[in-house]
Amino acid sequence: MSEAYFRVESGALGPEENFLSLDDILMSHEKLPVHTETPIPRLGTFFLDRSGGAESDNAIPEGSKLELPLWLAKGLFDNKRRILSVELPKIYQEGWRTVFSADANVVDLHKMGPHFYGFGSQLLHFDSPENADISQSLLQTFIGRFRRIMDSSQNAYNEDTSALVARLDEMERGLFQTGQKGLNDFQGWEKGQASQITASSLVQNYKKRKFTDMED
Amino acid sequence: MFCEKAMELVRELHRAPEGQLPAFNEDGLRQVLEEMKALYEQNQSDVNEAKSGGRGDLIPTIKFRHCSLLRNRRCTVAYLYDRLLRIRALRWEYGSVLPNALRFHMSAEEMEWFNHYKKSLATYMRSLGGDEGLDITQDMKPPKSLYIEVRCLKDYGEFEVDDGTSVLLKKNSQVFLVLRYLKSCKSLA
Repeated sequence: MSEAYFRVESGALGPEENFLSLDDILMSHEKLPVHTETPIPRLGTFFLDRSGGAESDNAIPEGSKLELPLWLAKGLFDNKRRILSVELPKIYQEGWRTVFSADANVVDLHKMGPHFYGFGSQLLHFDSPENADISQSLLQTFIGRFRRIMDSSQNAYNEDTSALVARLDEMERGLFQTGQKGLNDFQGWEKGQASQITASSLVQNYKKRKFTDMED
Repeated sequence: MFCEKAMELVRELHRAPEGQLPAFNEDGLRQVLEEMKALYEQNQSDVNEAKSGGRGDLIPTIKFRHCSLLRNRRCTVAYLYDRLLRIRALRWEYGSVLPNALRFHMSAEEMEWFNHYKKSLATYMRSLGGDEGLDITQDMKPPKSLYIEVRCLKDYGEFEVDDGTSVLLKKNSQVFLVLRYLKSCKSLA
C-alpha cells in the first residue's frame, strides 16, 4: 500500500457510514428485500414484471416485493413505513443467527454478502424488533472468528494466503491485511532491512511505464 | 436502476491497487452528470404536477429520484476526493515533477490542484529551519550512517550531484554516495 495515500475509512460499524468512504459506498450498494406500502408511479420500467402498466401511470404496485440497494431503502424508509417496509435478509434472521452461535468459524462470510458486519450494522437503522438480537449476533460472531484471523495473519509469512482469507468478509480481510503488514514489517526489522533504502512502491509501479515513455 | 454509472466510477478507483491513479474518467463523469440533470428535470415537472394537479401520489416517486440524485452526488464527490488523496500522495512519494504517464491520467483541474498543493508545501517548508528551509519530504526514516553504498542496476551515465561533482553510474558498479543525494537518485528508480 502506498505509504502516503490515506483513504477515507469505513464508518459502517458505527452509527453512520462515512460519506466519502469508497468502502461504504460499495457496502451500501448491496441489496435487501423490501415491500412497497404504496404504489410508486412512473418507475414501473425498472421492475417490468411487476409494473402496473399504462393505466396505473406505469407504477410499481403497492405490496410488491423488491430487492433494493441499501442506500435506496434507507432513503425511502421512515418510521411510519409510508413508502416501504423492510425485511431482514436471511443471514441476519433467527435461523442463521443460531448457526453463527453454534460455530461462527465455519461460515463463509464472503459469500454471504461480502460486507457482513458493515451491512448488518447499518440494518439496525430500520428499527426491526430483532435489532437487539442482530447486534448481539454480529458481535458474538466476530468474537468467535477473531482469534483465528489474528492467529493466521501473524503466522503466515511469505505464503499464499488465499485459502485463509477466502471465507472472510471485507472488514475481516482488512484486519488480516493489517496483521500481515505488521508481521512483514517486524520480519524486515529482524533481518536488518529496516535500514535499507528502497524506492517507494509507487515509483516502482510506474517504472514499467516509464520505459515506454523513453522509447517514444 | 439509477446510479449504475456512478458505481462504475467508484469501483474503478477501488480496484486500482496500492493507491495508484487510474486515468481520469471524463466520459463516465459526464454520463453521471447527464443522469442527474434528467432526474432533476423529471422531479421538477412532477413536483409541479403534485402541487397544482393534486397528484400527491407522486411524492414517493419524487423521493425515489431525489435519493438517486443524492447517491450520484455522493459517488462523484467521493470519486473526485479519493483521486485528490492519491495525487497528494504522489507529491510525497514521487516528488514535485511527475512523469508524463501520470500527468496524462490527471484532469486539468487536478493538475492545477497539484500545483497549488506543491506551492503550499514549498512555502511551508521554506518557513522551517531558519534561512535555508527544510525539505521534509526527504529522509522520512532516520539514517544509520553518513554514506550509503549504492549498486546501479542499469547504465545511467553521468549523474551530477548538488555540489557539481559527477558520478558515473554504470550497470553493476558500486558507488558510495552521501545520503543527501540518494533521494534524487531514488526517483530515477
